[in-house]
Amino acid sequence: MYVIPLLGIPPQVLFGQLLLGLINGAFYAMLSLGLAVIFGLLNIINFAHGALYMMGAFGAWLMLEYLGIGYWPALILSPILVGAFGVLLEKAFLHRIYKLDHLYGLLLTFGLALIIEGLFRNYYGVSGQAYDAVPDMLKGGYNLGFMFLPVYRGWVVIASLIICFGTWFVIERTKLGSYLRAATENPKLVQAFGINVPRMITLTYGFGVALAAMAGVLAAPIYHVSPLMGSDIIIVVFAVVVIGGMGSIVGAVVSGFGLGLIEGMTKVFYPEASNTVIFVVMAIVLLVKPAGLFGKSA
Amino acid sequence: MRLQGISALLAATALASGLTMSAAMADTIKLGVLDDMSGVYTDLAGPGAVDAVKMAVEDAGGSINGNKIEVVSADHQNKPDVGTGIARQWYDQDHVDAIFDVANSGVALAVQEVAREKHKIVMFSGPGSSDITNSKCSPVGVHWTYDTYGLAKGTGGAITKSGGDSWFFITADYAFGQALERDTAAVVTADGGKVLGEVRAPLSTPDFSSFLLQAQASKAKVIGLANAGGDTVTSIKQAAEFGIVSGGQKLAGLLVFLSDINSLGLKTAQGLQLTESFYWDQNDETRAFSKRFFERNKKEPTMVQAGDYGAVKHYLEAVKAVGSTDPDKVMAAMRAAPINDFMTKNGKLREDGKVVRDMYLFEVKKPEESKGPWDYYKLVRSIPAAEVTRPVEESACPLLKKG
Repeated sequence: MYVIPLLGIPPQVLFGQLLLGLINGAFYAMLSLGLAVIFGLLNIINFAHGALYMMGAFGAWLMLEYLGIGYWPALILSPILVGAFGVLLEKAFLHRIYKLDHLYGLLLTFGLALIIEGLFRNYYGVSGQAYDAVPDMLKGGYNLGFMFLPVYRGWVVIASLIICFGTWFVIERTKLGSYLRAATENPKLVQAFGINVPRMITLTYGFGVALAAMAGVLAAPIYHVSPLMGSDIIIVVFAVVVIGGMGSIVGAVVSGFGLGLIEGMTKVFYPEASNTVIFVVMAIVLLVKPAGLFGKSA
Repeated sequence: MRLQGISALLAATALASGLTMSAAMADTIKLGVLDDMSGVYTDLAGPGAVDAVKMAVEDAGGSINGNKIEVVSADHQNKPDVGTGIARQWYDQDHVDAIFDVANSGVALAVQEVAREKHKIVMFSGPGSSDITNSKCSPVGVHWTYDTYGLAKGTGGAITKSGGDSWFFITADYAFGQALERDTAAVVTADGGKVLGEVRAPLSTPDFSSFLLQAQASKAKVIGLANAGGDTVTSIKQAAEFGIVSGGQKLAGLLVFLSDINSLGLKTAQGLQLTESFYWDQNDETRAFSKRFFERNKKEPTMVQAGDYGAVKHYLEAVKAVGSTDPDKVMAAMRAAPINDFMTKNGKLREDGKVVRDMYLFEVKKPEESKGPWDYYKLVRSIPAAEVTRPVEESACPLLKKG
C-alpha cells in the first residue's frame, strides 16, 4: 500500500489515532454530560462524579464476582443502584446547600469523593481488578486496514452517542425537560403550577450520577477496575466541562469528543504532553471566551 | 485529588514531632519507611512494606542492647518534594537513623541526595533506577532488591537471545522508566538486536491504546514495557484487546510484580517472562516467610516487601555488631558481612551501595497450570549475580574507583 506521509505521519497511523481519540472522547463526553446536567440544573459542582464513575465500574465487577450477573444486566443494574445511592446523597447532604455558594458544594462533594475512594482502596487495593465479562458479540475486532478496531471500543462510541443524544433530547425537546429548565430558572413559579420541584431536582441528581455509573460500567472491560480510576479522569472531565461552558449539554458533548481527538493527536506528535494538552486548551479557551465555547455569559 | 495525602503528611509530622521528646530520653533506634501509601505502588510496596519492616524488627527482638527499635512511616505521594520534606524532617528533627524502601525512583533519587547531605543511611527496595548506585551513588545509600540493569539483563537479554531482535519501547516518562529503557536498549544492542523506536507515556496513563498502536505500527518483534505497577497492568490488558500478541508481536514486561499478575489474571498474563529477585513459592524458607506475611496481610509478599525485611534485618545485625547507629560504622559492618536470609544467598553489599545478588527469570503459568490464587510463576532459570550486576569497569560511580 502506498503511503502518503502527512506531517511525517503515515495516514493509517493518523486515522488510527483519530479513532482512538474519538473513543476516549466518548468517555469524556459521557462523564462531562452528567456533570453538565447536574451543574446546569442543580448548580452543584459535583466533584464526587469520578468516585461515582468508579462505583459504577466496581458495581459491575462485584455483581459478576459475587452474584454471577453478566455484562448486559450490570449495564442497567449498576447505574440504577449507584443512581439510587446518588439520590440518598442528595437527600442527606446536597439539598441542604443549594442556597449557599458553589464552593460549599464543591467542598462537600470533594470530601465525599475522598471518603468513597478511600473505602474502596482500603478493601480492594489500588492494583485493580480484571473485569472479563464482555459478551461474545462484543469480543474480537475488525481489521480496518489502517488499524485493528476492537468491537468493544466501537460499541462504546455508539453507546456514548446514543446516551448523549438521548439526554440532550429529553432536556431540550420534551415537556419533562422544559419543566426541569423552568424549575432552575424560577423554582417558586414552577412549584406554584403543582410540580414537585425538590423531587424533580433529586431525581435529576440521581440521573446525572447514573450517567457516571453507566460510563463506569462501559469502562470496566477497557480500563482496570480500580479505586483510582475516578480521580485519574475527573480532572480532565472538569476541564472538558469548563471548555464546553459550565452547564451546557451540547458544549459538554462536543468538547468531550473534540478534546479526545486533540489528546489523541498529541499522543502521536508529542506524547509527553498528552496529559497536559487539555489544560492548555482550557487556558486558551478561557482567555478568549471566559464562559466556555457554548456557555452563556452571565 | 490527593488531599488525603496532605492530611496524612500533617498527621505523620505531628506524630513524629511528638515522638521526638521520648526519643531524646532513651536511645531509641528509629527506622522510617517512606513509601507510596495511596498511589499506583501501594500494593507492591505501601503498607505491606511497613509490615515487613515491623516483622524484621520483631524478629530482632524489638530492641538491641536494651535500645528499643521504633518504626515510623509516611506517604511520599510519588512526589519528590514531599519525599525530601519528610526525609529532612525525619533525619533532622525526629532522629530517624535510617530510611527504608522509597518506592518510586524519582523520589528515591531525591531522597538519596538528602541522605548524602545529612550523612544518614537510606536503604532502597522499591525503586528501580540503576542510577542510584551508578552516577548518583552515595556512601550511605544502599540499593537492596533489584535495579533496572538487572531487569534489562534478565528479561531483555533472555528475549533478545531467543530471537526477539527488534524492539519498540513504551516508557513511563520519569527517572525509572527512562533508566529501564536505556539499560534494556543497551542490552538489546549488545546482543545484536535493534531498537526501532520508543514512546514516552506520562505516569498513570489510563489509556495506552494510542501508544500500543504506535508500537504495532513499528513492526518491532518485541514491545518492551518500561513501566511499572498500574501502567504495566493497563498496557498488557489493552495490548490483548488490540490483538497485538495474536498479531505476532511479543510483549516484554520489563518490571512486573506479583501484585500486577494477581490483578491481571492468568488468562491475560500467561506466558509473560519476567525477572524478580524473590517469589514466595521458591523453597521452604521463602514459603515460611510468606506464610507469616500472608497471615498478617492477607496477600503474598512482593519482592519489594520481602527485600525490605532483608534490608532491615541486615541493618539491625550490623547495628548490633558495632554497638552503634553511627552511619559510617554501620555501613562498614554491612559491607563486611555476607547477606544471608530467606531470599538472599551469599549476597554482598558493594562499595557503590548495590547489593550483589542472584535474580530469577520466571514465566507466568497458564491458567490450567495454576493450583489456585497466588500460584503464578514457574522458574525458567536463576541468573547468577555476575550477569545482573553492572561490572565495576562499566560503572560511573566514583566510590568504586578508589582502590
